[in-house]
Amino acid sequence: MPAEPVAVIGIGQTEHVAARRDVSVAGLVREAARRALDDAELTWADVDAVVIGKAPDFFEGVMMPELYLADALGAVGKPMLRVHTAGSVGGSTALVAANLVAARVHTTVLTLAFEKQSESNAMWGLSLPVPFQQPLLAGAGGFFAPHVRAYMRRTGAPGTVGSLVAYKDRRNALKNPYAHLHEHDITLAKVQASPMLWDPIRYSETCPSSDGACAMVLTGRTGAARSPRPPAWVHGGAMRSEPTMFAGKDFVSPQAGKDCAADVYRQAGVSDPRREIDAVEMYVPFSWYEPMWLENLGFAAEGEGWKLTESGVTELDGDLPVNPSGGVLSTNPIGASGMIRFAEAALQVRGQAGEHQVDGARKALGHAYGGGAQFFAMWLVGAEPPAT
Amino acid sequence: MTGPAGRGTTSRAHGRDIAVVAFAQTRHTRRTDDMSEVEMLMPVLHQVLSQTGLRTGDVGFTCSGSSDYLAGRAFSFTMALDGVGAWPPISESHVEMDGAWALYEAWVKLLTGESDTALVYAYGKSSPGELRDVLTRQLDPYYTAPLWPDSVALAALQAQALIDAGEADEPELAGVAARSRRDAAANPHAQLQGEVPRGRHLVRPLRVSDCPPIGDGAAAVVLAAGDRARELCERPAWIRGMDHRIEAHGLGVRDLTRSPSTRLAAEHAGLFERPVDTAELHAPFTSQELVLRRSLDLDARVRVNPSGGALAANPVMAAGLIRIGEAASRIHSGESDRALAHATSGPCLQHNLVAVLEGEAHAG
Repeated sequence: MPAEPVAVIGIGQTEHVAARRDVSVAGLVREAARRALDDAELTWADVDAVVIGKAPDFFEGVMMPELYLADALGAVGKPMLRVHTAGSVGGSTALVAANLVAARVHTTVLTLAFEKQSESNAMWGLSLPVPFQQPLLAGAGGFFAPHVRAYMRRTGAPGTVGSLVAYKDRRNALKNPYAHLHEHDITLAKVQASPMLWDPIRYSETCPSSDGACAMVLTGRTGAARSPRPPAWVHGGAMRSEPTMFAGKDFVSPQAGKDCAADVYRQAGVSDPRREIDAVEMYVPFSWYEPMWLENLGFAAEGEGWKLTESGVTELDGDLPVNPSGGVLSTNPIGASGMIRFAEAALQVRGQAGEHQVDGARKALGHAYGGGAQFFAMWLVGAEPPAT
Repeated sequence: MTGPAGRGTTSRAHGRDIAVVAFAQTRHTRRTDDMSEVEMLMPVLHQVLSQTGLRTGDVGFTCSGSSDYLAGRAFSFTMALDGVGAWPPISESHVEMDGAWALYEAWVKLLTGESDTALVYAYGKSSPGELRDVLTRQLDPYYTAPLWPDSVALAALQAQALIDAGEADEPELAGVAARSRRDAAANPHAQLQGEVPRGRHLVRPLRVSDCPPIGDGAAAVVLAAGDRARELCERPAWIRGMDHRIEAHGLGVRDLTRSPSTRLAAEHAGLFERPVDTAELHAPFTSQELVLRRSLDLDARVRVNPSGGALAANPVMAAGLIRIGEAASRIHSGESDRALAHATSGPCLQHNLVAVLEGEAHAG
């Protein structure tokens, strides 16, 4: 029996800000879930199961928060599953929910990811000492900066490429009412003049710490037929993981990322991603990861990703818009960031992305990664149902 | 929500048979100061794979369950993945839950037809911290957790509610403890074996023997679909159905003498279609076994917790997966034809999973 096709029929996110002091964790997730249900014109009773994801429990100080959040998400009496795959978790969570529909275990599933970073301190959460293991070296930026330098050295990319990405994403965020950073006075010169944090990563080339949540309603063919707004159809989805540390690991372009993308393209029947995909929501927490992932995801040949960025191809009005929403660089509720990429890709193919809509987007890629660039989750969504 | 008469959650409804084909666990101990989580897990992974002849690279999907709060650090599962040897890269996921839910995710993945085999593992070291304190962090962070009500105290509330309702008394609880620890004598993996004195009251009405030991441990399971399962295992433990349900978090809005989520999960898993001969219940407290028995209509004909159950070894995050593994093992060995496995999570049985396992009739 072939798998049930999976459709996204409802999307909701919160406004993302540094600190949502007006709501509890439960209030925050309920806001996103309510908006996703409203978008699908469904009620809590229409939901068969809830799949929830977030990054480490230490970020809010709540162990296994699905227990506490069951009531707020209308999950009482239903199955509730909690996914945690580090930074890729928002994407993985959506894929686990999609599998429940694809396997016909459930008809309609609510999936949600969140982070309320203001409840605690992410830097502290990532810096708890572990016996016999190396520390994460001054947060995520300290871990990733050497790999960015390796990329620059390997490809000969000029030092200006990172600032171009940040300037683009922050301008895109101005068109996205849910984005955390709305820097109305942003200029390229300002990005380039911002303080150097972890050479070569400047302050304006890093993601903020956000509070926020994102939710989606997933269903099968029958549910999609009843959807009041155009559904986004899942054409392919995959997860891949590789070890954190071993001698053969390529931190610049991890094999797991390449394999994951290849699997998604195979499922979706995409042979030339550069031509066939209309918009990309890519997990770029530090600006240089845009050119790096362009290569890793097969949009550019090895060593050529920075040229796409530099030539304006990835601009909102470019030939391959990357992060029309403003991306992780503008909004980073860590555990939700991956799901926001997946949801924004779905918004694009539904034609519901508002001011940051890419004209005529028919196929879009949502991408997430986490850990030491070792966990990958991606999906490709389309405006048309997948061919069976 | 679909009712029991509606769409079930049984494998057959999905057109694909999936089985537990191998199971391994550590010998659970009070402390493992001399080894890391990865070192504790590795022998179990090797054992479960060697039972099937599979190597990491042959497995279609891998899923694990663990908790950062036990490890005392964020992303604690990443080092375990290094131990698995995820190279070339593997299709892999993780739930921050008991490994029983990791097995559920893997089961769903196999149902989609994208994979034919799955490796599931779970581990937990309770020894580095004070488990009773750590588990208070599972509670509502604004109103309940600041009061630090610990897991034994909450279970004692449930036990007292059962006694107040006239559904149990202390001698009956003691009987559960005695039977569990007697059975554990035949389980080489158990932390507590043989007769254990009832001990003093830890939190009234619960005595030491009514509570689980605190310990460290790991477990792993291999799942396989259809003919692949028959190739890998002489008598696969077919998962006939599996479901899990959650209840409200606030204890004040729940009837603690009942477990409606367990009942509902059992209905969806198809438990009541035919009697089971064996039940592995994840009941860390004696009183919880009584609640579960009633919610599942288990009578004296059902062999409950032949492994000794969680009262003999309760490595947090692995104990639920071990129930599925123990039930499957009895099917593998021919001691059971149809078994129930149950896992729980959260205070006072808030979240419950039920799996129904069957072996095919013996030839001849």
